[in-house]
Amino acid sequence: MSATTAADWLKTRRDPSWIARLFDYKPLLIVLCLLPAVGLLMTFLTYPLGLGIFLAFTDTTIGRRGVWVGLENFEYLLSDPLWWNAVFYSVFYTAVATVLKFGLGLWLALLLNQHLPFKSLLRAIILLPWIVPTVLSAIAFWWIYDPQFSIISYVFVEVLGWRTTNIDFIGSAWPARWSLIAANVWRGIPFVAISLLAGLQTISPSLYEAALLDGSSAWQRFRFITFPMLLPILAIVMTFSIIFTFSDFQLVYAITRGGPVNSTHLLATLAFQRGIPGGQLGEGAAIAVSMIPFLVFATLFSYFALARRKWQQGEGND
Amino acid sequence: MTKFTRRKTLGLSAAAIAAMAMAEKAQAQASAIPVADATAPNLPIERGATLRMLRPVRFVQPDEDTFRANCARFTQQTGVEVRVDFVGWEDITQQTAVTANTGAGPDLIIGFNESPHVYVDKLVELTDVAEYIGKRYGGWLALAQKYGKRHGTNNWIGLPFGASGGPLVWRKSAVNAVGFERPPEDHAGYLDLCRKLKQAGKPAGFALGNAVGDGNGFANWVVWSHNGFLVNEDGSVGVNSRETVAALTYLKDLYATFIPGTLSWGDVSNNRAYASNECWLTANGVSLYFALKNDPATRAIAEDSEHMLLPKGLASSSPMAGLTLNAMVFKHSRFPNASKALLQFLLEREQYDPWLQANLGYWAQPLEAYGQSAVWNSDPKVSIFRDTMKNPYWIGYKGPISEASAQANAEYIMVQMCASVASGQATPEQAAREAERRAQRIFRRR
Repeated sequence: MSATTAADWLKTRRDPSWIARLFDYKPLLIVLCLLPAVGLLMTFLTYPLGLGIFLAFTDTTIGRRGVWVGLENFEYLLSDPLWWNAVFYSVFYTAVATVLKFGLGLWLALLLNQHLPFKSLLRAIILLPWIVPTVLSAIAFWWIYDPQFSIISYVFVEVLGWRTTNIDFIGSAWPARWSLIAANVWRGIPFVAISLLAGLQTISPSLYEAALLDGSSAWQRFRFITFPMLLPILAIVMTFSIIFTFSDFQLVYAITRGGPVNSTHLLATLAFQRGIPGGQLGEGAAIAVSMIPFLVFATLFSYFALARRKWQQGEGND
Repeated sequence: MTKFTRRKTLGLSAAAIAAMAMAEKAQAQASAIPVADATAPNLPIERGATLRMLRPVRFVQPDEDTFRANCARFTQQTGVEVRVDFVGWEDITQQTAVTANTGAGPDLIIGFNESPHVYVDKLVELTDVAEYIGKRYGGWLALAQKYGKRHGTNNWIGLPFGASGGPLVWRKSAVNAVGFERPPEDHAGYLDLCRKLKQAGKPAGFALGNAVGDGNGFANWVVWSHNGFLVNEDGSVGVNSRETVAALTYLKDLYATFIPGTLSWGDVSNNRAYASNECWLTANGVSLYFALKNDPATRAIAEDSEHMLLPKGLASSSPMAGLTLNAMVFKHSRFPNASKALLQFLLEREQYDPWLQANLGYWAQPLEAYGQSAVWNSDPKVSIFRDTMKNPYWIGYKGPISEASAQANAEYIMVQMCASVASGQATPEQAAREAERRAQRIFRRR
């Protein structure tokens, strides 16, 4: 009896099978665990992006495989006033809309941060323009800006009698540009306001109390406490906002299709117009690729201009 | 899940019986179509053949019902199963591209306009069927020949199934009230009419925004009716001409008489403005008339509306290019004979005439003999659509039909040339030069 027990105790541990050893092998384990993630990224991110960049250097059309043409597409774009026009409007659209969205969004966030009756209900309502699918709100704006059936024109002409003709929102270049910016601002404010509101709520009330004891004014509290404490989140939100605005497509395509006479084409809508309805996939891809430098610049600007404080990068604040 | 009640089922079967009765009547009428003697090509159908076909979605429900019934009869007579898929209009060009490039998928596609010309080396030649059908039914009409045959040859690569045009739609009361029997055919008279309509507070309106159908239709009319054109016969760009500049100068005066806002009009804008008594003269397909006629609220407008081919101006016939259904058979099909036999079967009067009638005039025939179809007597206001395919104008006139002509259309080259003059952004000369610059890129030799 005791002999058998001893034998049990003495029994050497069996060598792990080859499969167990294989799975204990660190490098293999790493490869196996990363494979799904890398696979997904390659399939859905790197491949389309790479293909888009590759297409930009070919003259592929819908229906015909292209040949490598090097920089020919880009050379043509540089000589194409329509592309320059789209560059101008994309930058203008992004700059103006971002400034307005942040001005109004910050203001809205400060208001919502007060103790108001029905605070949570109000916050939910503010989010509505952001929740509604863009195409739906774009179609709503399309009606609002319609040359014949605009509700705004109706109010001014029929109800108030201030004008005798309908307002021409999207029939000429500059009014159309401003109308689209207004629609974009309306849609973008909630994102900015809610994100900044979240930022505001992380600021410790003790800072405000201390400032009050020191006899600070409301402006001083905003300038020296709220604003600096909000900067990190401002940088992130601004980066996202600039990227969304610069690559906007739905609003412009649904409301004006880049018209009148191409005055409201953004780079994204121009790329689609050339690539899909026009069938010039290569040229469309080149326009899309030409957006990348602008986006990289905007991202770097937000990061380095707004988020350069040391403590934001995890170091001490001296 | 749909619930079937007895009442609903009764209603359904009654509708089905009515549809069958209509189809039978239409078939009886089909024998009124004159035919000439012709020998059908010998197309031995491959053993075990099955076919898959794509076509654009219907305008009206009977279109689809009749088309399916025709295909079912083909199955009955030949034993070849036919599956038809109805595809959205925006998607059919892309699906054709994928089919042609991958060499897989449907055996035959009814696409639009230029498709067979773009994929010509992927297609089965259809000359034998086309010649037989043409001989039997009084000949192919001008637009059908242009879209069906390979440029400069007599080889058929597509079989046009019909076209949809956009003539003038006008309010009789308004035009008569300003002293015109009907819109005049000459430019000066037409401008005079539009000026008087404007003074009467009942203005004309034509789309000058990025509207693929209506915008191109109007811009092409402006240029073509002055004998201008986008492309020369050899495919080189010819838009920057004296005729184009004259057309754009005329447009400046004409635009001043339009209802405000047409620079931002899309394809539906003129329909809405016309239906709400804001616009009294425009150009559109027959769909506008039927929409007005079928809605009790607007029936009075339909009764007051007339159709007329676009004014000729300096051209010898009305400058309008119909949107054309164009059927093609792919080389990758394992059953080319069955495919050709199906297309031939569908174009024979027993099948084609009921289908034409089911479409109420939305599609107009590509063959002379079908001008006798009962559909053109059903409503006198629709009868002018009968001659849609007799117009010798096509998209990309007067060059070869190609990928490039389709691109120029999709990129609004002509529309934007006109719109930039109308809005005062460019002089006629500048606009013509800019259109030339853009077109040269599109029509460059590759």
